[in-house]
Amino acid sequence: MAERPQGAALLRLSGWGRVAVAETTARRPERIGEVASALWAAGPGGVIARGLGRAYGDAALNQGGDTILTERLDRLLAFDAATGALDCEAGVTIDDLVDVFLPRGWMPPVCPGTAFVTLGGALANDVHGKNHDRVGSFADHVRWFDLLAADGAVRRVTPDSDPALFAATCGGIGLSGIVLRLGLALERVPSPAVRLREERMASLDDFLSAFATRARAATWSVGWIDALARGGSLGRGILETAEPAPAGTAVARDRRGALPVPFDLPGSVLNAAGVAAFNELYFRRVPAGGRERSVGLRRFLFPLDALSGWNRLYGSRGFRQFQCVLPDAEAEKGLRALLEAAAQSRAASFLAVIKTLGGDGRGFLSFPMRGITLALDFPNRPDAPDLLHRLERITLDHGGRIYLAKDSALSPEGFARMYPRLDELRRVLAAVDPQGRFRSDMARRLRIREDVA
Amino acid sequence: MSGETWVVLGASSAIARAFARLVARRGDGVILAGRDREDLDILAKDLALRGAASVHVLGFDALDTASHPDFARDCRRLAPGRLGVFLAFAYMEEQASVDAEPDLALATIGAGFTGAVSVLHRLAPHLEDQEGGHLIALGSVAGDRGRRKNYVYGATKAGLHAYLQGLRARLHRHGVTVTTVKPGFVDTAMTFGRPELFLVASPRAVAEAALKAALKGRDEIYAPWFWTPIMAVIKAIPERVMKRLDI
Ligand SMILES: Cc1cc2nc3c(=O)[nH]c(=O)nc-3n(C[C@H](O)[C@H](O)[C@H](O)COP(=O)(O)OP(=O)(O)OC[C@H]3O[C@@H](n4cnc5c(N)ncnc54)[C@H](O)[C@@H]3O)c2cc1C
Ligand SMILES: NC(=O)c1ccc[n+]([C@@H]2O[C@H](COP(=O)([O-])OP(=O)(O)OC[C@H]3O[C@@H](n4cnc5c(N)ncnc54)[C@H](OP(=O)(O)O)[C@@H]3O)[C@@H](O)[C@H]2O)c1
Repeated sequence: MAERPQGAALLRLSGWGRVAVAETTARRPERIGEVASALWAAGPGGVIARGLGRAYGDAALNQGGDTILTERLDRLLAFDAATGALDCEAGVTIDDLVDVFLPRGWMPPVCPGTAFVTLGGALANDVHGKNHDRVGSFADHVRWFDLLAADGAVRRVTPDSDPALFAATCGGIGLSGIVLRLGLALERVPSPAVRLREERMASLDDFLSAFATRARAATWSVGWIDALARGGSLGRGILETAEPAPAGTAVARDRRGALPVPFDLPGSVLNAAGVAAFNELYFRRVPAGGRERSVGLRRFLFPLDALSGWNRLYGSRGFRQFQCVLPDAEAEKGLRALLEAAAQSRAASFLAVIKTLGGDGRGFLSFPMRGITLALDFPNRPDAPDLLHRLERITLDHGGRIYLAKDSALSPEGFARMYPRLDELRRVLAAVDPQGRFRSDMARRLRIREDVA
Repeated sequence: MSGETWVVLGASSAIARAFARLVARRGDGVILAGRDREDLDILAKDLALRGAASVHVLGFDALDTASHPDFARDCRRLAPGRLGVFLAFAYMEEQASVDAEPDLALATIGAGFTGAVSVLHRLAPHLEDQEGGHLIALGSVAGDRGRRKNYVYGATKAGLHAYLQGLRARLHRHGVTVTTVKPGFVDTAMTFGRPELFLVASPRAVAEAALKAALKGRDEIYAPWFWTPIMAVIKAIPERVMKRLDI
């Protein structure tokens, strides 16, 4: 193994799915002032920023090169209690914001399904939540950011000051530089709880008509699909819609802190029979007539965070995640094809998640478009790449797009077809980082920087 | 609100940052003391947003002992109620570098021992006067046994431990608790990337253990607790065996 430079670590890092791995020289600045020197110290293999490593694939990996870990850049800088304008360092997490600001009646407007992401990571993937129809994605709430670019200079970027660099960085998977600080607009919430309505959906058609008629109008909505169900019950699942609970609603035990998964489970636990039994229970848990109750915002928004390190449930081979969005017009046919392909393959998908998205994001590589998004995960068995390839084809056939934050298998050709603004991104990157100092395994796989490769 | 104001010495340390956040959350006041004032100004904003009753930043260099009398006076002035002390600073280089450059040995002792004694000795009369309060200092498991791999740093910490024992007896008579916290390996800049580490704790876990121990008036703790049995074994190894071991 290579010699360890002073203050650096030789690490073997992986994406959250634990399939993609990279050996890298990592530095972890404790202060903003140390980031520039970490950038200078990076070698010829290029460098990429990494937050909490919640991207599933290779977005934050740089095999043979350098990595800058941003998790210690975690200071809050300013908050205006009249407007909700928050300034902070890019390693601050959603979890920390909820912890500090929810008791004061404020929330990050966009929350992904886990609170353990940094704001830098949320920006670089332009993440979306269960309220995309209403509030858009993360970048829509970014007032400004400070970007440390390849030349070592720090640029303050607002949506108006440099729209191209803004769009290249929001959703830009870290390739324009390192976000050091950002300004975010928090949203007021009347209480730390929601009124949650859960209903059984007997089939995909049920879901689609619920989405069309009322789910898009709800404050939050998300569906859980039993991805093993086939035939007439293909796409059956539970639809959750939620509204802010009125002020004064109390909730018990909505705390952070989680049970750890201390070791890799044997790969056999999440086999088809086990998953089928789980999915059946998950479906039956909600009474046939539905139910409504108050639950804590944390529990509603971040259900998986109660088990820390749950990615180990899939054993040491890891797992694959697939998420795509299909435009409304193609959603019915496309979703049916995707779910059939998943149910047919022996790779048992645990739960699938279905949501609506409201419109395009601001970034050149922002994932959202108006339509319906489906996320599946399955163990990394030998046939997983085949299945992912089939899912990519179906997505393309229906004019859809695969989400880079979840991806480890997309082809460069498929990528170029799904992301029509790729050339705009390439132009900005060629100007701001002519030598291609910022690199990642994902950027290489998708051939984003062909100009410097 | 407990009316306590904590002076955090070496406030840019990761463990110190975690400790300052804990007490800010309790609504205590904080005085951040260290060399990187620019960075401490940033931490000050963070602590204010997390609930600190007051936050001040003071320049502090452990090696500049001539400045310590004024520094101690400033601390006294900035603490409207009771002053608490959290000493986090220390200097550690790889033993191989120290062996190649003996001046690094002097620098290690100068910051971690001489500097610590200098500042604590000047804060002590104030602690005596206030008849109560807490002093916490970060020692190390390295101070429990001299090891080939870092014995100058270990000796610095051993000296600090003994000093704190005496200071504890002195301040005990005035109701002030003195808590020596001996961390094992902690995930900070001091240790980042060293491949030989095991059972590495988060800075936050160590800070929490330190505060809890001080509030209970404990004298010496290991953090996390499981270093207690480990160090009992390490301390029991006879010298004639120890000198042959590669640890
Ligand atoms: C359980 C779970 C649920 C999820 N649910 C959702 C969801 O509902 N919606 C959604 O949109 N996403 C979701 N995600 C994906 C997740 O939100 C994103 O992958 C997010 O980017 C992870 O943030 P991170 O801090 O872990 O970043 P990492 O995974 O470490 O990095 C992600 C990308 O951000 C870049 N990056 C990180 N920090 C910086 C910085 N300071 N400057 C520049 N670039 C940077 C990296 O280079 C990389 O390209 C989920 C993930 C998990 C594990
Ligand atoms: N990390 C571990 O595994 C471990 C284990 C046992 C004990 N400890 C102890 O824990 C304490 C905190 O260390 P850490 O792990 O958090 O490492 P750290 O982040 O490197 O902190 C060391 C701190 O000491 C400060 N310092 C060094 N020389 C100084 C001087 N002359 N004057 C003032 N401040 C000075 C540094 O300040 P600057 O920012 O100005 O450099 C820095 O804030 C130390 O006492 C250490 O011995 C650590």
